[in-house]
Amino acid sequence: MTFINYASREINCKIVYYGPGLCGKTTNIQWIHEQANPEKRGKLVSLATETDRTLFFDFLPLDMGTVKGFKVRFHLYTVPGQVFYDASRKLILRGCDGVIFVADSQRPRMEANIEAIANLATNLKDNGFDIRTIPYVLQLNKRDMPTAEKADEMERLLRFRNEPMIEGIASQGVGVIETLKACARQILMELQRS
Amino acid sequence: MSKLDLVMFEEEFKQLQDIIGRLQKDASAKVVFLVDKNGQQIASAGDVQSIDATSLASLTAGNVAATDGLAKLIGEKEFSLLFHEGEKDNLHISIVGKRGILVVIFDQGSSLALVRLRVKKASRELQEIFERVETRANEESGPGTKFESPFSEITDDDIDKLFGD
Repeated sequence: MTFINYASREINCKIVYYGPGLCGKTTNIQWIHEQANPEKRGKLVSLATETDRTLFFDFLPLDMGTVKGFKVRFHLYTVPGQVFYDASRKLILRGCDGVIFVADSQRPRMEANIEAIANLATNLKDNGFDIRTIPYVLQLNKRDMPTAEKADEMERLLRFRNEPMIEGIASQGVGVIETLKACARQILMELQRS
Repeated sequence: MSKLDLVMFEEEFKQLQDIIGRLQKDASAKVVFLVDKNGQQIASAGDVQSIDATSLASLTAGNVAATDGLAKLIGEKEFSLLFHEGEKDNLHISIVGKRGILVVIFDQGSSLALVRLRVKKASRELQEIFERVETRANEESGPGTKFESPFSEITDDDIDKLFGD
């Protein structure tokens, strides 16, 4: 749900990083946090376990500059990837404007990727969204892994609506900004259409 | 415009701001925030500089969402009030209408009873404004609306500029 405030001339958009456990959702937003201009980024909030697994969500507010005289602000959230945190994942999708699906390129994780997309579809539906129409980007993460599946095979398995597909290595920042940008573009274009 | 979008105009914003400003004084609270259920801050009053308001909004919404989930698990519609007691400061969180959350931070200079009393009155006033915003949004989402999005002429260049390209 985009929040447009005409009084303060601000527009806030919520983007959620989704994907199976340990696919690199938190790594994506940690990298954005490290690279962003300190004046433009807010505090990175992580609700994680002692072993750094996301327990509820990570949250990073980003000031992006202005469009048409409105300050554009993105609120980036990650969900906990582990299967048993499904109730939390559903809550975090509430009111989102766009979703970035982070897929783990390692061959043994393909099944987990497919299950996570199915889970995303269900949880979006429960929040009143349609996975086929919401702004959506597919990131193939961990392309540097020795067991990485070929990109075209991953495309065949995971890409279902001609969404932007970006290859990345989040730990090195490869593809991280491109992914965010592809999602932001769709959200802002959606505002144009509406 | 999607039916879920929240569009706030200057007049409504000023009214909300007035109500929470008054609440902050009447309840002798340190800070009052009005937050959207999706984690976005709408308005604030009091010593806001002392707090990371953006994180507060996001965590409050997460807290309320998790508590909502708990309520449903035990067959309740929602828990409309959450209270967190600290050594010095306390946090009073209440639901306003369908989409608002009112957060009041207060210390020994006030009391839970006073805060509850004042919040009740302010909530009613806030709810009226939220309802008005919603009614207007519904009316304007129909065909032939006069409302024009400021983003109707957004270009690829505008988006590139946001990312410093």
